[in-house]
Amino acid sequence: MASSTTFFNQQASNRRKSLLLLISVGVLLGALGFAAGFGATGDPFGGLWFTAGAVVLAVLLASGSYFAGDRIVLAASQAKPVTQESHPQLMNVVREMSLAANVPMPRVHVIEDSAPNAFATGRDPRHASVAVTTGLLEKLDREELQGVIAHELGHVRNYDIRFMLLIGVVVGGVALLADLFLRYTFFFGGRGGNRGGGRGGGNPFQIVMLVVAVVLAILAPIAARLVQMSVSRQREYLADASAVEFTRNPTGLEQALWKIGTDREVLEVANRSTQHLYFVNPLKKLEASASSVWATHPPLADRIDRLRSLHSAGPLTEDERAILSRR
Amino acid sequence: MEFIILLVILGVVVLLALVVVALYNGLVQRRLRVDEAWSQIDVQLKRRHDLIPNLVNAVRGYMEFEQETLQNVTQARADAVAAGAQGPADQAQAENALTGTLRSLFAVMENYPDLKANQNVLSLQEELSTTENQISFSRQHYNASVRDYNTAIATVPAVFIAGMFGFSRRDFFEAEPEAQQVPEVRLR
Repeated sequence: MASSTTFFNQQASNRRKSLLLLISVGVLLGALGFAAGFGATGDPFGGLWFTAGAVVLAVLLASGSYFAGDRIVLAASQAKPVTQESHPQLMNVVREMSLAANVPMPRVHVIEDSAPNAFATGRDPRHASVAVTTGLLEKLDREELQGVIAHELGHVRNYDIRFMLLIGVVVGGVALLADLFLRYTFFFGGRGGNRGGGRGGGNPFQIVMLVVAVVLAILAPIAARLVQMSVSRQREYLADASAVEFTRNPTGLEQALWKIGTDREVLEVANRSTQHLYFVNPLKKLEASASSVWATHPPLADRIDRLRSLHSAGPLTEDERAILSRR
Repeated sequence: MEFIILLVILGVVVLLALVVVALYNGLVQRRLRVDEAWSQIDVQLKRRHDLIPNLVNAVRGYMEFEQETLQNVTQARADAVAAGAQGPADQAQAENALTGTLRSLFAVMENYPDLKANQNVLSLQEELSTTENQISFSRQHYNASVRDYNTAIATVPAVFIAGMFGFSRRDFFEAEPEAQQVPEVRLR
């Protein structure tokens, strides 16, 4: 009973965080828009116009990602939907795990890629998709596949999918807008300055605003990405815990993490904007600095150690950790 | 004066009626949840009953020396089908026995490399594993909803109306005992 309360709390906290994220990004963009507009045109009304533009763009981006984000992500990863006939075992395992997680059966997709990996996406458990690579299906046995699918359905049940969908697009959007503003501000900054000069003397406020806009435009994408990374790492531990709750078997997931961790294939369809969705980080060169603040996933060895402690096996030895980090 | 007393009595009666309606609806909803959870298990149990004869027929040709194991499975299946009409408690017992015999069959099948190359047998085995897993994962939802319902009809306030409207306790679908039967290994 205790665990379901915790997971209920986690769901609620994820929903709260999603909302908080949207609001803070909105405020950030509004401020950026105002500063840039003021700085560029030299009067507060110009600032307000820019603010309105930024907020409208932010709302469009957020609602676009909310309703179409899963399809975009699936299309970008070249995931193809599968049926019971074509992939009976995969479908069976997903059905079992959705029973255990008490969520509706998600749509199931397969990515043609020999690197073993998986992700879940969607805006809520009713509109959820799970995608696995063909490499995962080939390299894992049934028990391990069950662990991976359980982990992904953990993301679905905990509403991580919604959060990750929004944060992925929002981080991209903030970067895009900041970039746009930087270019725009310098372009109009010259003209605005001339006009100010015509009125007799530069507006010192305008210059301050310009500086603020530039600073915001540089810091905003960094801040957004930092938030994304730290939240993403916590979600992974939680999804591992959920997987064990569903399967009542930490060994499957543990072996899956080990197999995938020691696999050397590179997932070609993954990139910086989708890396946080995956079961393990698909961008191998980023794995070396996995414990840094920029990582989307906790170090694999730490995830495995947490699972091992559940069935009272000792932590990995130094040699084993070395094998994992040598990817 | 009398009018006011009448109004008060009427108010109390209406209030009581509303409370009874609310309690009744709550119980019906819980009972419905139990029925839904049960039908989820039931579908899988029936599916398993349908799959087993196919598997037995598919492996019979390969396993000349294991007729006894096959017979146990067939017998356990017949018992489970017969127990289908006797409610969850008896059914659980028969189904658990069936699960045990199936496990021994799968264990014995490991000794026949030909079987592991047979696509038909493999897919039947996969189907049976998934039904078994789905039964066990549905079971926890069923038992949770039974616990919820049984607690509701046995505690204040619903206990006062549960008997009146014929809400009776439901059986749990018990898991097999923790000490699972180790499949018999025969060295010949």
